[in-house]
Formats: sequence, structure tokens, C-alpha cells
Amino acid sequence: MSRYFTEDHEWIEVDGEVGTVGITDYAQSQLGDITFVELPAVGQQVGKGDSVSVVDSVKAASDVYSPVSGEVTDANQALADEPELVNSDAEVSGWLFRVKLSDPGELGKLMDRAGYDAYVGGL
Amino acid sequence: MSAPNAAGWRPSLGAANDSAAPSPTASGDRGLMLEEALIFELGQPGKCGVDLDEPELEPLPALGRHLRRQACPLPGLTEPETVRHYTRLSRQNYAIDLGPFPLGSCTMKHNPRLNEKVARLPGFADVHPLQPQQTVRGALEVIAQLADWLIALTGMHGVAMTPKAGAHGELCGLLCIRAAHDARGEAREVMLVPDSAHGTNPATAAFAGYRVESIAATAEGRIDVAALLARLGPDVAGVMITNPNTCGLFERDIKEIADAVHAAGGYVYCDGANFNAIVGKVRPGDLGVDAMHINLHKTFSTPHGGGGPGSGPVVLSEALAPFAPLPFTMRTAEGVTHLVEEEDAAAIVPGESFGSRSFGRMTAFHGQMGMFTRALTYILSHGADGLRQVAEDAVLNANYVLRRVEDVLVAPFAASGPCMHEALFSDAGLPEGFTTLDIAKGLIDEGFHPMTVYFPLVVRGAMLVEPTETESRAGLDRFIASLRSLAERAGRSDESLKSAPHLAPRRRLDETQAARKPVLVWREPASAAD
Repeated sequence: MSRYFTEDHEWIEVDGEVGTVGITDYAQSQLGDITFVELPAVGQQVGKGDSVSVVDSVKAASDVYSPVSGEVTDANQALADEPELVNSDAEVSGWLFRVKLSDPGELGKLMDRAGYDAYVGGL
Repeated sequence: MSAPNAAGWRPSLGAANDSAAPSPTASGDRGLMLEEALIFELGQPGKCGVDLDEPELEPLPALGRHLRRQACPLPGLTEPETVRHYTRLSRQNYAIDLGPFPLGSCTMKHNPRLNEKVARLPGFADVHPLQPQQTVRGALEVIAQLADWLIALTGMHGVAMTPKAGAHGELCGLLCIRAAHDARGEAREVMLVPDSAHGTNPATAAFAGYRVESIAATAEGRIDVAALLARLGPDVAGVMITNPNTCGLFERDIKEIADAVHAAGGYVYCDGANFNAIVGKVRPGDLGVDAMHINLHKTFSTPHGGGGPGSGPVVLSEALAPFAPLPFTMRTAEGVTHLVEEEDAAAIVPGESFGSRSFGRMTAFHGQMGMFTRALTYILSHGADGLRQVAEDAVLNANYVLRRVEDVLVAPFAASGPCMHEALFSDAGLPEGFTTLDIAKGLIDEGFHPMTVYFPLVVRGAMLVEPTETESRAGLDRFIASLRSLAERAGRSDESLKSAPHLAPRRRLDETQAARKPVLVWREPASAAD
């Protein structure tokens, strides 16, 4: 399994042909307390860069963009009752949705952990 | 006779915590700052403010299943109990009539009492929208004269008076744009919205059926013109620009942008919420704008929120004017003002003139009549020169705040030149753990309504201060002294700031819980017998 990052602060963990997507710990720290997460519908076709989810915090409502193209296969329903999971555990149990990748080649344009850390360090 | 009280004696206010006062008191030691229960908690079953006879008639059978079978759970209070409840609550409120209201982007200016006097004249206050036109010629003339002023001040071709507020006006403008493209047989799907635009703009574009694409802002807080021009094409219906923008800056390149958008077959919508900064100085029509709403409740001083409804007339260019919504006023050759509705539009409106190909109707009636009389009163009592001074004083006041505070709070665009009508600060320079929220809550203890916070989103921990022309130099100095004091307390990591407000009826609320688990409905507590 390998993990990739976007400049919009999403992460995607790819296992076979399915990627699990969430927002980074840095993103949740900037948003403040998360109050609501709007999730995509299972079966929805998404394009790379499409706005597919919305994260509401006490400060702002922020779009979450899909890092890859494909079909949504799962969404983290636990967030309906516990949106705070995105604050406490953004990069593990606070995942948002899963996508079956239609073009794994898109992953090549994303950053790895070291690249993302350097990107955040420069903000 | 000597002047009474020549020495100027007045009773002292007393210390906040007077140890000689009895404790505990019935008010919970809050004196006249009264705690107030919910009206449902105050009510007693069976009590009623009026005596009503038992109805003699049977309920109409026509109500069928809609007939109410259970008692309506209204609280039982007498009239004086009800009046006191709401008056007590109103004392916990803060209003522009109590002090400065520096909410950036909202333009919380004074509502002149002359406006109120005129709006209460029976000929304006007691009219009904369904009255025959010949009995309300004066009211129709007010709409027409206000329309003339708005057209003159903006340099546009016509104005749709019916939209009820800013975002409603945005929708009106975009529906005109859609109708214009439809008339040319063009299906354009994309509306460009720069990051420096108002937050309602992308929502309006989406509601009007467009796909929204955002355009980045430059480091100095203005539209990235190159990025915008590069995106233009046959799929772009138009662009929504807020000018002056939400960073408090004038979009200097708007004419170049408008020319390019027009060349690409699109239209320019301008969010006129910040028109207060340029009224009498700049005519949006000269900048290439095709549609712009004007918030009468901002620039033209009609009340906000609970004080009265908004009103958002939309000025239109010659290209969009034929598509304006019904109804609208039109003067005949004899100088009589008529209201044009669907049935007479085709008969009396000449082809390709205002409203001749109307996209339809946005409202049941003519618009916010009470706001029209107030706005026209404001305009006539200021005159053209007075309105120009409104803009100048509003901009001067904002720049005064910006330059008097920028040494203690980071002002991200201070180097971009003078601001327009609002000064923008950031919490970027505060010590770790201190945020914009602490400054805002601290302002409550200082006796001021907080400024707009965390907007615009392009600035970290944004604090947007709009003093408007309402505040005097002395009033601004008091506000600035408080803001500086709070910034300095944060700067030396004064922990007490993190729990502000300390002197309000409620302390700092748990906004996270309020958003995650809101309690929206009062429910009767279960009694012991249940």
C-alpha cells in the first residue's frame, strides 16, 4: 500500500485498485473543530479534481476534491454521528470515502509524504 | 439664574463588584441585567392574555383531516408578561443605535430618522400592493424616481426594482444573463467567480444552474487577471466580480477584464454590496458592468436584519435590460408612471427596450416599498454631492483604522495601497494559541460589537472592519484604542483573553457543540409522573 498527497491537502491510500481518501492532519488543524461532513453517494462517478465532499468547521465550509478519477465505492458513515473523528484521527479513522481508480496513472502526479511535508513547510 | 448643576456633579456608577451589596439577590446578583427564561418556561397552562368566548359554531367540515384535534401548545402569558419578556430580551441585544457595529461587508450605517418619518406617512405606509394604480400614483412615482437615481448613480441603462436583497439581486442578474444567451441560442455553462468575490456569488451561480469555477487572487489581494483571461471561451457565460472586493481593495483591472469577457461573448456581473465605497465617485456602467445589485440596506441606509427587510435592485446594461423581470414602472409620454405587468407588457413596452423580453417574475409584487421610500429619502436628503461625501468619509474612516492599528495587528494588504471602505487584519502575528476569535470576543467586553471574522477566506484568521461614514473621529479613536489594547493583551499572551467575554450576559459559548448537536426546539420536560 502507498499513500499520496495533493496540494489541496487530501491524502489517498491505495490498496490494489481502490483508494481511501481523507484530509490531512494539517488541513484539519487549519479548519478547526469539524461540525459536519457531507459525503459522496456510493456509485457516484468522480473526476480527478472534482468537488465531491464538503467539510464544515466552526470557521468555514471547505470542498474536498477527489485526488483521482473513478467510482465511489464506500463512504465513512461513522462521520455522520462523529464528525470529530476528522479532527482526532484525520489520516486513519477519519477517512471520508473510497474510490475505485479508473486511471492509476493519475497517482504519478501526486506528492509522497516527504514531498507533502516540504510543501506544507513552505506555506 | 445660574445654570443648574454648574459643577457637573453626577452620581458615581459604582464598582462592578460592590461588597456592600446584599447577596444573593433575587436577580442572581445581576441587578437590572436580567436573566430571562424561555417564553415556554414562563408560561402557565390555562393562562391567556385575552378573554375569548367559546365558539358557538361547529368547525367547518371542509377542513377535513386538517382540523386540529389537539390543543396548540402555546405558552400561557398575560399581555404585560409577554411585553416584558420581549423587552427584557431586547435589552440584551446590541444595535447600531447603541454603538459602533463594525461588521465588514455588512455596511452597518446609521438609519437616519428622517427616513423613518417619511416611510410612516400614511400615503406610503398604508398602501396595499393590490390597490388600483390610480390610487397609488405617489407610491409608483417614488419607485420611478428612485430608479432614476440608481440609474444615474451607476451609469447603467435600466434597473429591476423587485429583487428583495443582495443574493436575490444576484440571481436576477444571472437570470438576465442566461436569458440573453438563450435568446442568442447559446448554451454556456460556466460562471467564473474570483476568490476575492463575495461568498454568496458561487452559491447564486450554482442556483442559477451554472458550473462555478474559481479564479485565484494575487498576493496583493486582487483578481489574477492573466488566469481569468486565460479561462475565457465559448463555454463561459460570464464572471461575477465584487468591486471593491472582499479584501477591501478596488479591482483596478475591471475595465480590461470586462472588455475581454465581452469579446468572448460573456457578461460581467458586479456584486454591488460594496457600492458604498464608490457611490458618486465611480459609475459601474463606465467600467463595462452588465448587471449589478445595489443593497439599499447598505449603501442607502435602510435598516438591516430584524430592523427591516433588505432590498436589492439590479441595474442592467443595454444588452441585458430587455430581459428584466416584471413588474416594473414605466413613464408614459404624458409623464404618468404606470406599473407594467404581464398582461400589458406586450401592448405598451416598445421592442428591445427595458423588460420587452422579460424572463418572468421574481416577486409577487413591486418590491420592498418601505425600503424604497427610505432609500429615496436618504438620496434626496444627501444630494449628489452628499452621496459622494458618504463614499469619501467611509473610505477615509477605514483607512484611519487601518493605519492606526497596522503596527499591532498584521494587515495583509496594507502594502497594496489605501484600502476602500473596510480595513482587513489577520491573526498571523499573534502568539501561538491566540486567534481572531479571542480578539472578537474581547471586543464584547470593551463594549463593541465584534467585526466580521474568518472572512474573506483567502486571509488567515481574517478580521474585517467596516466603520462606515457613521462614526466620528472620536468614536473611531475609542474603537481603535480598544482594538489596540486587545492586540497588545494577546501579544503578551494574556490568558484572560482566551475566556472573554467576561462581562456579557453569556460567557464564551461552545460553538463546536452548538454546530454539532444543535438544540433547535424546546420540549416540555418530562414530569415526575411520566
